[in-house]
Amino acid sequence: MNEAKTPLLEMRNISKDFFGNQVLADIDLTVGEGEVIGLVGENGAGKSTLMRILFGANMIAETGGYGGDVLINGKKVEFSSPFDAIAAGIGMVHQEFSLIPGFTTTENILLNREPTKKSVISEVFSERMNTLNRTEMSERAKAAIEMMGVRIDPNMVISDMPVGHKQFTEIARELSKDQLKLLILDEPTAVLTEKEAEALLDSIRAMSARGIAVIFITHRLQEILSVCNRVVVMRDGYVVQSVDAADTDVAQITKWMVGREVSQTPEANDKKDLSGGKPILKIEKLWVDMPGETVRNVSLEVMEGEILGIGGLAGQGKLGIPNGVMGLYPAGGSVVFDGEPIPLNNPRRCLDSSFAFVSEDRRGVGLLLDESLEWNIAFPAMQIQNRFLKNYLGGLIKWRDEKAIREVTEKYIEELAIKCTSSKQKARALSGGNQQKVCLAKAFALAPRLLFVSEPTRGIDVGAKALVLQALKRFNRENGVTIVMVSSELEELRMSCDRIAIVSGGKVAGILPASASVEELGGLMLSQVI
Amino acid sequence: MNTKKKMNAGEFIRRGSVPMMFILICALCIPIAGLSPTYLANEIVTRMGRNAFLILSLLIPIMAGMGLNFGMTLGAMAGEIGLILASDWQIVGIPGMVLAMIISVPISVLLGLFCGKILNMARGREMITSYIISYFINGVYQLVVLYLMGSIIPIRHSSIKLPRGYGIRNTVSLLNMRQKLDNLIPLTIGGVKIPVMTFIIIALMCLVIIWFRRTKLGQDMRAVGQDMEVARDAGINVERTRILSIIISTVLAGIGMVIYLQNMGNIATYSSHSQIGMFCIAALLVGGASVDKASIGNVFLGVILFHTMFIVAPRAGAYITGDSMIGEYFRVFVSYAVITVALIMYETNKRRARREAGQELVKEQEKEA
Repeated sequence: MNEAKTPLLEMRNISKDFFGNQVLADIDLTVGEGEVIGLVGENGAGKSTLMRILFGANMIAETGGYGGDVLINGKKVEFSSPFDAIAAGIGMVHQEFSLIPGFTTTENILLNREPTKKSVISEVFSERMNTLNRTEMSERAKAAIEMMGVRIDPNMVISDMPVGHKQFTEIARELSKDQLKLLILDEPTAVLTEKEAEALLDSIRAMSARGIAVIFITHRLQEILSVCNRVVVMRDGYVVQSVDAADTDVAQITKWMVGREVSQTPEANDKKDLSGGKPILKIEKLWVDMPGETVRNVSLEVMEGEILGIGGLAGQGKLGIPNGVMGLYPAGGSVVFDGEPIPLNNPRRCLDSSFAFVSEDRRGVGLLLDESLEWNIAFPAMQIQNRFLKNYLGGLIKWRDEKAIREVTEKYIEELAIKCTSSKQKARALSGGNQQKVCLAKAFALAPRLLFVSEPTRGIDVGAKALVLQALKRFNRENGVTIVMVSSELEELRMSCDRIAIVSGGKVAGILPASASVEELGGLMLSQVI
Repeated sequence: MNTKKKMNAGEFIRRGSVPMMFILICALCIPIAGLSPTYLANEIVTRMGRNAFLILSLLIPIMAGMGLNFGMTLGAMAGEIGLILASDWQIVGIPGMVLAMIISVPISVLLGLFCGKILNMARGREMITSYIISYFINGVYQLVVLYLMGSIIPIRHSSIKLPRGYGIRNTVSLLNMRQKLDNLIPLTIGGVKIPVMTFIIIALMCLVIIWFRRTKLGQDMRAVGQDMEVARDAGINVERTRILSIIISTVLAGIGMVIYLQNMGNIATYSSHSQIGMFCIAALLVGGASVDKASIGNVFLGVILFHTMFIVAPRAGAYITGDSMIGEYFRVFVSYAVITVALIMYETNKRRARREAGQELVKEQEKEA
């Protein structure tokens, strides 16, 4: 039999859309036995979705399945759950740990796969009454840890462990599965120290030598070059490059990752001259404990009247900044607005100092989903500034001024082109883009001096995107409101902002004028990734 | 296995604060009450035998992360139904007790299944939900005992039937079973009567719990208790595991109630079960357990401290205030207070953990500076 060796995994012509929103198209990916593939791309490029399809994640089937074929050893497979994928020899280490905090390394490695001893009682009742075979458990866990080549204590409790060891525990769990042929590592080095990352790379090499293929997702390009056979670069749902790691370098990969057709270069005359401006907001040594978006040490000055963009990769802490300053997550450090210190962890004081915040969590934090548009838009102003109220008996009794509320709502419906049946419609019934406009209207109605906008265009269509960005810009230029805009989309920041601060590793990696090149900004994004 | 977390001094004081407080109260009250040591020892030993099994039934749901399970009241009702039927059928002594336990098991399983299913729908609010379920099932129990027994369920003996012909009397005497288990192996040491057989059963139960922790099901319960999502991702059937933990607890509570009532010697048909859940939970908490962590040691320390207090506090109270009613008042007051304290501590511990995460970030900043 001399036919060409069938690859371990073949993904052919994979496509996926979420309710009409195309996130993956024409993806072809081949992985051979023992091959190490580096998968890179900006957030939203489609890496995670692709891996979810491969791993049979439930959310893929729930959102209408995918197009194209997945072949393992030349046979077409269709995973309906991660358990099918695991049975077929695919293992995945997620970014979020999937570990039981009070269990030891050993117990976690063999979670729900514990070797057991039969007893009379289990014969009568069920197999779950078998007692655990502790000796065999520790032997198997030890074997898996050895296979990884990293020394971790098999008897240590997870909650006492440094983060890196948790990561290794997860990897050891996958390695302890006998059928494992392909291991997906989703940003495994993000939480590791340099030394630990080195050790991980060594263990990837060791796995590869044993014939286990690895798909390695990371933002640390240097690692990719040092360990991978092949680099696959994704952008906007397409595979834009697939080259041998030996034939490329970091600069080239960065360019492929972020380099778009540079057709929408922002016009230079549109930018504000900030040279004479004074800083209105000073943030110093800010830390924010927002799960998944930890801010470690941010110092930042915002000029009066500017639009400051904050960019960076997901998980690097850019979302933590507005959420921390506004008091939605525990935070520390100092924030001074217009010469006056603003206490942290106190949303009310922020609002009283005429801050407003358009949250990235539109449906959770941003809107009263089951109330009318009128209520949504007027509610904060009513609560915080006592506007839209009629006072009787010298202010003892306050009634809502329905007429003023309707007027202001209708004004914003017209100004922002909110598509709705009337100002009484429930917020839940609107589309994502229109809900976002309501969130903006709500913030505008507060007439803030400083507006935080977080991911203003996430999950909305192109037409609505342009409208939202225009509205923000107009609000800034016409009313002189300082805006801090946090977004994962670099292009959007370059178009709308005056300056862009890039957050990496929970710190500000640098602040550049919006006219800076994509390569420069992209370089900053990756500079301190942890 | 080094599964135990190293406790630092601060955590030790926090965890031990409730037992320490009760040790202090007991130490103060014992001399004031002026009871003879033999009387005191007798009372404590008796109550330990009476109550320990019931409290042990609370351990498994805590392990499965379902908190303090007021659903054990359901098992207590099943045990009472078993005893009422066994005493109507004139089956006396140990065989009567065994029969009552056997009758209680299927009822407990059904009630536990019902309770477990509902608690699966009310994740994170298990304690209050099980508390309300216990009131609801109390209504069903009253329907059965007050109206169906004697009319549909045959009850022959008029000594336990209400004069109107159906329904059970307020008190059912268990004279034929009274302390039969406790006295099966008679032993008295220094004037203190030891209920040897009851203690043997309790010891066996402890062994069963230790063994259970080492089974696959026990391991799964611990996993589910700590992180449901992770357990589900690993392929553990979370819902089923949680229901099983409640069923086991309910069945054990039914058996525990039979042991409890054989010691008392009579059933207060409409009230025996009503506060049993609360007292057992309070005792466990006094022993140093928390909403998410309880051990066999907590059970015994709790049962000794809680009951010592109830023996000595009324006497001490009467001595100081001249009012003997103060005892019962004290019992209810302290139970609720202890449960409240435990709940507050559970929340503050969670908050402290969150604060500590923030402090880590501050330290990191300082390290860099």
